[in-house]
Amino acid sequence: MIKFIKRFYVALILLIMYAPVAVLMVFSFNDSKLPIWKGFTFKWYENLANDMSIQQSFVYTIIIAVVSSLIATAIGTLAAMGIHQMKGYKRNLMLNITYIPLLSPDIVIGISLMMLFNVLHIPFGLPTLIISHITFSTPYVILSIMPKLKQMNFNVYEAALDLGATPWYAFRKVILPEIMPGVIAGLFIAFTLSIDDFVVSFFNTGAGVDTLPIKIYAMARKGLTQQLMPFQQLCL
Amino acid sequence: MKKLTKRILSAGLVGMMTLAMAGCGNSAPNGQVVVYNWGEFIDPQVNKMFTQETGIKVVYSEYANNEEMYAKVEPGNVSYDVIFPSDYMVEKMINKGILEKLDFSKIPNYENIDVRFENLPYDPNNEYSIPYMWGTVGIVYNKKMVSEPVDSWDILWDSKYKDQILMYDSERDSLMVALKKLGYSMNTRDEKQLEEAKNLLIEQAPLVLSYVGDEGKNKMVNEEAVFMVSYAGDAMIMLSENPDLEFVIPKEGSNFYVDTMVMPKNATNKDNAYAYMNFLCRPDIAAMNAKEIGYSTPISAAREQLDDEIKNNPVAYPSEEVTNADNMEMFNDPSDVIGTYSSIWTQVKASNN
Repeated sequence: MIKFIKRFYVALILLIMYAPVAVLMVFSFNDSKLPIWKGFTFKWYENLANDMSIQQSFVYTIIIAVVSSLIATAIGTLAAMGIHQMKGYKRNLMLNITYIPLLSPDIVIGISLMMLFNVLHIPFGLPTLIISHITFSTPYVILSIMPKLKQMNFNVYEAALDLGATPWYAFRKVILPEIMPGVIAGLFIAFTLSIDDFVVSFFNTGAGVDTLPIKIYAMARKGLTQQLMPFQQLCL
Repeated sequence: MKKLTKRILSAGLVGMMTLAMAGCGNSAPNGQVVVYNWGEFIDPQVNKMFTQETGIKVVYSEYANNEEMYAKVEPGNVSYDVIFPSDYMVEKMINKGILEKLDFSKIPNYENIDVRFENLPYDPNNEYSIPYMWGTVGIVYNKKMVSEPVDSWDILWDSKYKDQILMYDSERDSLMVALKKLGYSMNTRDEKQLEEAKNLLIEQAPLVLSYVGDEGKNKMVNEEAVFMVSYAGDAMIMLSENPDLEFVIPKEGSNFYVDTMVMPKNATNKDNAYAYMNFLCRPDIAAMNAKEIGYSTPISAAREQLDDEIKNNPVAYPSEEVTNADNMEMFNDPSDVIGTYSSIWTQVKASNN
């Protein structure tokens, strides 16, 4: 009996989580502009194949996500190690500065970056988007690596140096493998955050560079049409 | 350690610069035109054709509403060449002085646009804008579920139809309905008239099934409600899905809107912008866009190229008598009363609970 309840509970949770996805899947084949079943069709998939602007925004989204998450991970890893080595008030100060972008709402980050780029006369476009994505995802990388560094026994690194390794060699062979799970986790978090972001991107994008969230939002005026469903389907 | 940091940073910077170059460098021989349009508001083929014919590359971005567009354009961070604001937004942008006066000699296809779309109230001397698409607002109703004729906003206040009415969840569109029913201008600034309209909406609130956005279309097609206040473009979609639905522009008058093309003062590719506007005014191109979007084109020659059921449809193309009637109005720049509107709308919505 208990077993049944357990299974039922798990099934229910899975159902609730995946029902929207299933609905999307079914309706992406729907032969109607509204979410009312009219018949089976592939035409929305054909439309998607012909719609350059969605494909283009997809490419931009991926470029931005890959570049910004890689750079954020590199910066974040180095910053985490630096912070780990610090002592006393310096360390607290740095940690708290790291928390600020984490805790402030997207809109604050978005608008302040926009004002910064404006003051510096940096033209809006792909570079500003990538810089702003790096800005908000770096703290997440730092925070996912810090615990790994804490767990690590730093004497191993010093032992490697004693045995003649250069610091760079010791870093690659000793530290990096130890903190790798944290680095990978940070990379993925940064990647997901970047793909997901609307607000910061909205304020810092330039002409012609629409990311997917911006594109989808712009489509909302005429209703989130069928056009998008096959796309979301393919993303899954 | 320092070396490593330097290396990584420089690698990152080089990567970013390459990308930036890739973004800016355009191979088109005749430069580019930077277009900022509504989402889903053009046939995607049109931009391709434009590039093929003129050699001008189209850099294209989209927005979801006028206010969002204004927020991006007004600070001048990004310089766009062609933008597509609606009527009242054109007025606001003219007042702010951010629009360029157009040189119509560079837009020969402008003469295709019907005379009735010239000198509209938002641009009285026809200096800044070119009509792109237009439409009206009216009532969509299900003729199976209504016995009496529907020709007036009054029917949305009939207690017989309790919980069968859908209103737009938009302060301006709903106030328009109430003000028109009262026989006032929908652009009124008179506090007493606005107060009356507010009371009318509060009185109506118990009869309303819900205040809807986009989901209203499905409800009407599924026959969950009898009436809905609707834009003509949306009505066309609903009518094609459910033949029992009907669209009417009430006799008290309604909203008549135009989406336009304009050029901001900080445009950098002005000649290309003229070429682009001119291209969109060509009848075959305008017909392609009208087909794709479902709104009405202000170019009669383009309308002729549409399917019979669309070009002769009084929903999409009401006669001139209807659109030129005195009680058909266009919204004007609301900057001065936006606060009053919001407070009225909050009170109306709060009264519903």
